Amino acid sequence: MTSDQARALIAERFSGAQIDGTYPITATVSTDQWVAFARFASDELRCRFFSFLTAVDWKDLGLEVVVRVDNLDDNIALLMKTRLGPGVSVCPSIMPVYKGANWMERECYDMFGIHFDGHPDLRRILLTDDWVGHPLLKSYAVDTPHPPYR
Amino acid sequence: MLELVTPLIAPIVVLHVVIGIVTYVTLLERKFAARMQSRIGPYRVGYHGVLQPIADAVKLMMKEDVVPTAADKPVYNLAPIVFLVPCMFIFATLPFAPGLGVADLNIGVLFFLAVSSMEIVGLFMAGWGSNNKYALLSAMRAVNQVISYDLPFVFSALIPVVLAGSLKLSDIAAAQSGLWFIFYPVIGQLAFIAFIVSTVAAENRAPFDILEAESELVAGFRVEYSGMKFALIQLGEYAHILGASFLGALLFLGAWSGPGPEWLGPIWFLIKAMLVFLLVTWVRWSFVRIRVDQILALSWKALLPATLLLLLATAVVVVWRANAGL
Amino acid sequence: MSAPTVTPKRVELDYTGSERLTMNMGPQHPSAHGVFRAVLTLEGETVIDVDSVIGYLHRCHEKLSETLTYAQYPSIASKTDYVAAMTSEFAYVRAAEVIGKFEVPKRAQYLRVITAELQRVASHLLWLGTWCMDMGGALGGGATIFLYCIRERELILDLFESLVGARLLYGFFQVGGVRYDIPSGWADSCRQTVDVIDQRISEYERMLENNPFFMARAQGVGVISRELAESVGISGPLLRGSGVAWDLRRADPYSSYEDFEFKVPVETAGDCFARYRVRMVEFRESLKIVRQALDKLPEGPISSRPGLKSVAQTRVPKGEAYVRVEGARGEVGCYLVADGSAKPYRMKWRGASFSNLAILPHIIPGHKVADIVAIMGSVDPVFGEVDR
Repeated sequence: MTSDQARALIAERFSGAQIDGTYPITATVSTDQWVAFARFASDELRCRFFSFLTAVDWKDLGLEVVVRVDNLDDNIALLMKTRLGPGVSVCPSIMPVYKGANWMERECYDMFGIHFDGHPDLRRILLTDDWVGHPLLKSYAVDTPHPPYR
Repeated sequence: MLELVTPLIAPIVVLHVVIGIVTYVTLLERKFAARMQSRIGPYRVGYHGVLQPIADAVKLMMKEDVVPTAADKPVYNLAPIVFLVPCMFIFATLPFAPGLGVADLNIGVLFFLAVSSMEIVGLFMAGWGSNNKYALLSAMRAVNQVISYDLPFVFSALIPVVLAGSLKLSDIAAAQSGLWFIFYPVIGQLAFIAFIVSTVAAENRAPFDILEAESELVAGFRVEYSGMKFALIQLGEYAHILGASFLGALLFLGAWSGPGPEWLGPIWFLIKAMLVFLLVTWVRWSFVRIRVDQILALSWKALLPATLLLLLATAVVVVWRANAGL
Repeated sequence: MSAPTVTPKRVELDYTGSERLTMNMGPQHPSAHGVFRAVLTLEGETVIDVDSVIGYLHRCHEKLSETLTYAQYPSIASKTDYVAAMTSEFAYVRAAEVIGKFEVPKRAQYLRVITAELQRVASHLLWLGTWCMDMGGALGGGATIFLYCIRERELILDLFESLVGARLLYGFFQVGGVRYDIPSGWADSCRQTVDVIDQRISEYERMLENNPFFMARAQGVGVISRELAESVGISGPLLRGSGVAWDLRRADPYSSYEDFEFKVPVETAGDCFARYRVRMVEFRESLKIVRQALDKLPEGPISSRPGLKSVAQTRVPKGEAYVRVEGARGEVGCYLVADGSAKPYRMKWRGASFSNLAILPHIIPGHKVADIVAIMGSVDPVFGEVDR
């Protein structure tokens, strides 16, 4: 499979997706299709290699979750995105599809406060359990005072 | 009068000499290891670091003695002493030259082996009394390992006994005045290898140091010890390894026999013991540690049957030679 | 003022009816490789469950990068993976270059390759030493290998020192090129160092592989299947040890890597020994690349944007890119979103160690306590990169 075929396949199966570029293919899907799209990427595009999961805070436009996966045999790179919408911080978890999403989703929850539905163990991972706020949100000022350590 | 005084004075002299040698054995090991690793080793205290062991001892004495709140205090405090005493006892039966020793028992080898495996009691007390999970795991491993390796240790030490026909250490030494047992065809070399391997394991030295295992169990059974208690455990450990080195030199390397006048005997004995010690040290600094299940498998599946067979073969050879009138 | 009273409390060992023991390994532990805490559930010596606790070294790199300019951050980037600092800087400056379409002169590209490959060798040397120390102990055979490896690593750090002036964290890369050209005589001493290391690597290989205890500890321990490896997203030598021929220098070439000849080692066993073999071959291949790059080093400028006067001078146009380089531990990636100003809008750091470490809960259960340190060592995490 080549990148162009992969693009065509995505366009065919997910008509609502915005597709851009070839290496990587950037595909933006709606949040409802998120898990289905991840499963499609893993099973049909054979993008099995899970690179990373993160989010971008577009201030008034809301949060965007970004996932990068690769097909190591055919060298296809896929950047999957979904916009959660303004004020929304709930996203379905793709942990059933990619095991690597476990820690990455925990980190994303830690930093952005996104609740991943279906994640079995959604705890803070890098910050302490009693941390207040989610630092990578644009509304979290760099000099936010934190409660003193016990 | 002399008959009364000697038994009182001799142990004191031997004890002090042994402790003196043990402290300097640590320096020898450090220098040797440093050379293996292309380092210099202790260098600053005294000429080429000769005063380093004394500096270490002073440092350990001045350290605070920390007792964990949760420790089982009587067991915890008693453990270093229980550990040290058998390690010192093993020197009681060693003859350093003909007639020079504390007590040349008729069952010298048996006494040595019995006392030397008693260190496990102190070891287990230290591991249990510390009330620390690392120490507990280490104590579990210690019991496993010491039980597994004392048998091959005993069997390999019995081969020279069979060859000499006596359990008395001075008799075994005297029996080697012609041919050292290590040069005894085939049996001698195999027995010596088995002896070294089981010594390394029974003394818990690397690569069999799973109970210290500082990369997993931090320091194992002595993780909670500090100051002088730590020094006692360390002293006991080195005394034990030194005792085993003396035993190896006595059983296989002809003890005090060597060129030169007779008064050089103890010097030869010491040199041979140091050679055995350096052999063990060499092994220590060149192997990685093996896992607990692999250690036990090595003992029960390889070393124990091998030493047992070797012991039987030795007995057959000795009987055959006696019957043939050789 | 009265002294605080301590009520002596007997800590009961956590023995329930199932004979299970919970043991903490770390965050302060001789083989924690930094600050890693593994909460182990043991049944005797066998680990049946592990919970990894990370984050002790979190320094908010991603938030920090939003407040620092493209000229300032590269020297901070080196503090993520401090054992292979060159490749961390590499990922960041390349991300900015890809979005801004900044040109990098050929000489700068070659210098980047030389430093990145030397850094890989230095990092692998530290890995070999610490891994053997994990298995052999600081008071045993492991320490011997460790000291030998540190001796060789020192030679490379000396080279970096005469090039940059720093030994651990360099700040050598900048957007558009590199900061310094090589001093006179550097190429020759680099060639000598490469020869010395090449020869000594072979010595260590013989020393270790002829050692039955080493083989017993490394073979068949911590097996990672290809499916698991890809799904968790481990990369670099670990992925190649599990039978995937995936090297970014080959698959997605950057910085003139297509000019050099080198092999991509692959092992199929997926155990600690396979990962060891992959890294041992990588040593040689990296040294080979350094030799080729020194031979072909072109003349010319070392930066397309020399003489920067202000930290805010580099502005990157609006756009986003995910850029990855093959670091010593695997795929070091930087997902950069630029908004046209002198600072990134968002930067995601994809640390190779973070993903590699996530494999531990999948492979550790069922192993003995002693194997944990062997597996940890073969994964080779650097906690600056895990916690960022």
